[in-house]
Amino acid sequence: MKRHLISASDLTRDDAVLVLDTAEEMARFADRPIKKLPTLRGRTIVNLFFEDSTRTRISFEAAAKRLSADVINFSAKGSSVSKGESLKDTALTLEAMGADAVVIRHGESGAPHRLATSGWIGGSVINAGDGTHEHPTQALLDAFTMRRRLVGEEGADLAGKRITIVGDILHSRVARSNVHLLSTLGAHVTLVAPPTLVPFGVESWPCEVSYDLDAVLAKSDAVMMLRVQRERMNAAFFPTEREYARRYGLDGERMARMPDHAIVMHPGPMNRGMEITAQVADSPRCTAVEQVANGVSTRMAVMYLLLGGAEPAVTTHQAPAATPERGAQVRPSTAEENN
Amino acid sequence: MTHTLIRGAKLLGGEPQDVVIENGTVSAVGRGLEAPGADVIEAGGAVLLPGLVDLHTHLREPGREDSETVLTGTRAAAAGGFTAVHAMANTFPVADSAGVVEQVWRLGKEHGYCDVRPVGAVTVGLEGSKLAELGAMHDSAAGVRVFSDDGKCVDDAVIMRRALEYVKAFDGVIAQHAQEPRLTEGAQMNEGTVSAELGLQGWPAVAEESVIARDVLLAAHVGSRVHICHLSTAGSVEIVRWAKSKGWNVTAEVTPHHLLLTDELVRSYDPVYKVNPPLRTEADVMALREALADGTIDCVATDHAPHPHEDKDCEWGAAAMGMIGLETALSVVQHTMVDTGLLDWAQVADRMSYRPAAIGRLEGHGRPVSPGEPANLVLVDPAYRGEVDPAGFASRSGNTPYEGRELPGRVTHTWLRGRATVVDGKLA
Repeated sequence: MKRHLISASDLTRDDAVLVLDTAEEMARFADRPIKKLPTLRGRTIVNLFFEDSTRTRISFEAAAKRLSADVINFSAKGSSVSKGESLKDTALTLEAMGADAVVIRHGESGAPHRLATSGWIGGSVINAGDGTHEHPTQALLDAFTMRRRLVGEEGADLAGKRITIVGDILHSRVARSNVHLLSTLGAHVTLVAPPTLVPFGVESWPCEVSYDLDAVLAKSDAVMMLRVQRERMNAAFFPTEREYARRYGLDGERMARMPDHAIVMHPGPMNRGMEITAQVADSPRCTAVEQVANGVSTRMAVMYLLLGGAEPAVTTHQAPAATPERGAQVRPSTAEENN
Repeated sequence: MTHTLIRGAKLLGGEPQDVVIENGTVSAVGRGLEAPGADVIEAGGAVLLPGLVDLHTHLREPGREDSETVLTGTRAAAAGGFTAVHAMANTFPVADSAGVVEQVWRLGKEHGYCDVRPVGAVTVGLEGSKLAELGAMHDSAAGVRVFSDDGKCVDDAVIMRRALEYVKAFDGVIAQHAQEPRLTEGAQMNEGTVSAELGLQGWPAVAEESVIARDVLLAAHVGSRVHICHLSTAGSVEIVRWAKSKGWNVTAEVTPHHLLLTDELVRSYDPVYKVNPPLRTEADVMALREALADGTIDCVATDHAPHPHEDKDCEWGAAAMGMIGLETALSVVQHTMVDTGLLDWAQVADRMSYRPAAIGRLEGHGRPVSPGEPANLVLVDPAYRGEVDPAGFASRSGNTPYEGRELPGRVTHTWLRGRATVVDGKLA
């Protein structure tokens, strides 16, 4: 794997399968009374959030803590411009503090890419969502969920599975990452949205596009409903909430037309009554809550593979888990002398 | 008094000839000329062109002297082979009054590296609602002939119509920055397959083309001339070609960067490639080259847009739009147009000197290299190959998209009315 995770397209098929398999290993520990692994002890992971996203932040935080990393949460709400401090200066500050990895959420597409390639920091960069670009760990946890539910076999990919993604594709970083990753894993992806919410230029994506939800439901192994912000209708992307829900919302009647094995997914937070009805959201076919749990395991796998890949992920011994060079820096007896 | 003999220069790329400059004027052109007492420049087969004229330069003074001043910008212009530049009006304060345009004009005159012809704003404060005092700017010492709200589009059709009509009284021209504002709200790059992938808000070609279509129709309707700034799409070329076929008084410019670079570069998210109008596709680039070659596009204009380092050393969305271009323009034109066989050097003189001077109604520039003409000249060595290094630029800013790229050609000498502003590639 590369040193950073910026885009789902950074992952080869084997990389992606390795992440999913590692996540399965991590998930096994989530069911134990003591959930913590010593793997990243002594490593520092910074959650750098320029946008509020409590769900994503606590998922990364839980993942890092279960790997015994030290976690610093850096909330830099608002854009760098309005805040008066540049991304560069923030990055240099984190670098000075010795961050081994930076998990970044930013409102501008490309900000994680800049952070990783500009030479401002030396650590790994994990994209936790940038603008309307990508959210690769979300795609990984979605793929993890699909593999568990639809394939149920470690080491496998999603070959031949038919995945339908419905909603605001235009503004969705989740959709972009999913299209990349799912096609890498061999799935067939169909995007469904009103034409106004399909990106101009989508024809180069490895997927199909449909404007008709009912036409694709029966041919779907998983249907992923994306959150549609109500404000979008103010910019004339669709006329009214009711019309959107009628044409593109998933209700019980539509769900009944899906194959029996097919699942309903949602990255959250859900707009009940808009893209999904309560009946569907609360049905056993909906994996929204499961996705949250899988998110922690998947992010553990990503952090482990980016930061500690040389060490065994799971060890039954009490071996020190930090990498050798890091371990060498931990010399408790001399620390006092240096003051 | 200047007295110079340029020996063995390929005049407009033709056979080597000698040129004598006396008292700021070309006094003789021919073979085997002698000029006792003159400084002798051995051209060694370099190409001699009339001094280049830029219709579109941002000198940033007054207001943003941290990025460029009239002094540093005109030094950059001279280094790039220009003897006249048109300074855009989007300064602070805006060049929308006789006072500001005279200040800019006077600074250019004092520094003496390159003639500075200020462009006047079309509307007060570039706000698009109230005509600026176009006549006063024309009548001022600065002698403004080109008016533009560049950076912003004159969006209101009535204001555009009135401006086109009004400047007829003094043979002015409105240079339109064609950008439909509603279609480009929040736009970050060309709208297409790359923007879809990168998740950056698109700047659709139709936002440029629809305004150009409206404005050529308006110009035809009121019998005025209109100039299209930094034309960037294949569709815009088609509209201008159609307008010209009707005999309408429409001219257009293209920037060097739109002749070479495409939106694929934005994949790096490096804001050095962020510019307005945005870098387009390969198909657009090819259409622009063809249009410049066949004369549909009249001229090359740099849209030299300096920005301080911090405005580019950031994430894409927070970065300023624009790139510098005075010192690389001729090299990019050689690379894209001459070395590809689309233009010869005589046509380069046309597209970078004669025509821009004619559009700007600029006297003393864009003249043939012949006895009696002002000695505004540039000597370029087309055999030179070298990597672009902004550390060597005269501009105060370094936001060039060509850093590290190998480009051909080098300006070795520039003369402004016989006085050398550049000698052996160095500012005099």
